[in-house]
Amino acid sequence: MSTQSNVKIDRVIDARGSFCPGPLMEMIRAMKAAQVGEVVAVLSNESGSKRDIPAWADKSGQEFVGIFEQDGHDQIVVRKVK
Amino acid sequence: MTKRVVVLGGGVGGTLVANLLVKKLRPGEAEVILIDEDAQHVYQPGFLYVAFGQKQPANLTRPVRSLLDRRVRILTAKAQRIDPTAQVIATDHGDVHYDELVVATGSHLAPDEIPGLKEATHHFYTAEGAQALHEALKQFRGGHVVVGVAGVPYKCPPAPLEFVLMLDAELRAKGLRDKTEIHFVSPLPRVFPIETVAVKVAPIMESRGIQIHTFFNVESVDPKRREVVSLEGETVPYDLLVLIPPHRGAKVVIDSGLGEAGGWISTDRRTLKATAHPRMFVVGDATNLPISKSGSAAHFEADALVANLIADLRNESQEHKYNGKIMCFLETGAGKATLLDFDYNHPPQPPEPNRMYHWQKALFNQFYWWTVPQGRLPGEKQTKEQQEKAGD
Ligand SMILES: Cc1cc2nc3c(=O)[nH]c(=O)nc-3n(C[C@H](O)[C@H](O)[C@H](O)COP(=O)(O)OP(=O)(O)OC[C@H]3O[C@@H](n4cnc5c(N)ncnc54)[C@H](O)[C@@H]3O)c2cc1C
Repeated sequence: MSTQSNVKIDRVIDARGSFCPGPLMEMIRAMKAAQVGEVVAVLSNESGSKRDIPAWADKSGQEFVGIFEQDGHDQIVVRKVK
Repeated sequence: MTKRVVVLGGGVGGTLVANLLVKKLRPGEAEVILIDEDAQHVYQPGFLYVAFGQKQPANLTRPVRSLLDRRVRILTAKAQRIDPTAQVIATDHGDVHYDELVVATGSHLAPDEIPGLKEATHHFYTAEGAQALHEALKQFRGGHVVVGVAGVPYKCPPAPLEFVLMLDAELRAKGLRDKTEIHFVSPLPRVFPIETVAVKVAPIMESRGIQIHTFFNVESVDPKRREVVSLEGETVPYDLLVLIPPHRGAKVVIDSGLGEAGGWISTDRRTLKATAHPRMFVVGDATNLPISKSGSAAHFEADALVANLIADLRNESQEHKYNGKIMCFLETGAGKATLLDFDYNHPPQPPEPNRMYHWQKALFNQFYWWTVPQGRLPGEKQTKEQQEKAGD
């Protein structure tokens, strides 16, 4: 797993320390506010987010870019495509 | 000069904290003033039963005075601004200075945040809402019912599940269930925020023929077409809509710039101190803590909060810690319920629903008025000690 995404990230939401379903809801809130084409990253150290956020992207037809392991947390990246 | 502790809000958290404070403070050490906008204490869990005609709203409200120790002074006033630097609360009855403040202003419904929601939906999160829903249920003769939540966080996460299961039972009893489709919509990947509970309750819902839509973040409601639309692109038609509106912190918190997103005050999860403001504590729904907004959380937070506040008043440094304990019942319909008992480190493991928990909840709803606000039920500390003694 790489530690760095090579796409340009437009918004970063720091949801570290927030518990399930915190990071997922932060991602959904940010995606609602984002413009089509923008890339949103959520920082999370809650293990459920790694499963829930890609599943949410899949269900809502948004593009899941990837999960990047960083210092003690994950950076989960989604692009708004519609 | 005598110091002054102000408790803002006379709901579950504020009433209990004020009562515990006057018990724990030394005589003459500080006066305790509770400010509430109408000086009425509302037992919100009763609203669930109002929706089914099993309780009357009039029995769910009492004057805060009747629940408070005589040593607590009440000021009936609406707080408009809190100035944490000057330590002053501006109210519609003048300014009130404090040496220590407890913010207990609860959570509030914000249906306007979702287009169409206010016109279209019923809910049972206020007395009027629950009463109107009861009337609608009396008229209901079958069709599509959509139940769910239109935003997180929302108080008492079990309540929408309890409602949908009780609705199923009620429609069966009335012979309307085979004329009705029930759909449950949840913004989360499951029916309840905590997975251990979701895996227990979802099969019960499925066995009753309730259709579950997960990852359904309500984006708008079209009252003309009678449709709910999700951010994820799903559309569900309804004849009767019961969506819990989004919740926000109190207006005074938002207007004073004390809240994070949503108007929740950033609070230390162990000490219950506001993280950004000295001499300020937060209890109950007003916090930003990642735990269920519930009367039970407010109840179990109170011990640690009061001990820390008194230490702060005395400029002592010891810390008392809240462990995240919450305990609440979950009605599963047809006279059965289960129990959720958990803390920061131990998720709930709800037992099989049975009649005993249902009766315990019914009894609790009655005994509430003589126990919780007065601090007569064991708090977090005693519960922990009892569990340790029992070798838990
Ligand atoms: C349908 C339903 C069912 C529920 N079931 C349960 C359950 O089974 N178990 C459980 O534990 N919890 C349950 N709850 C949740 C519980 O009622 C709340 O979490 C609890 O009341 C929170 O307590 P609080 O002290 O934080 O706020 P509240 O009890 O809401 O009190 C807030 C107080 O602040 C006052 N206030 C606000 N702003 C101002 C201002 N500007 N100036 C002066 N006063 C102000 C208000 O008048 C109010 O009295 C349920 C809630 C609902 C709606």
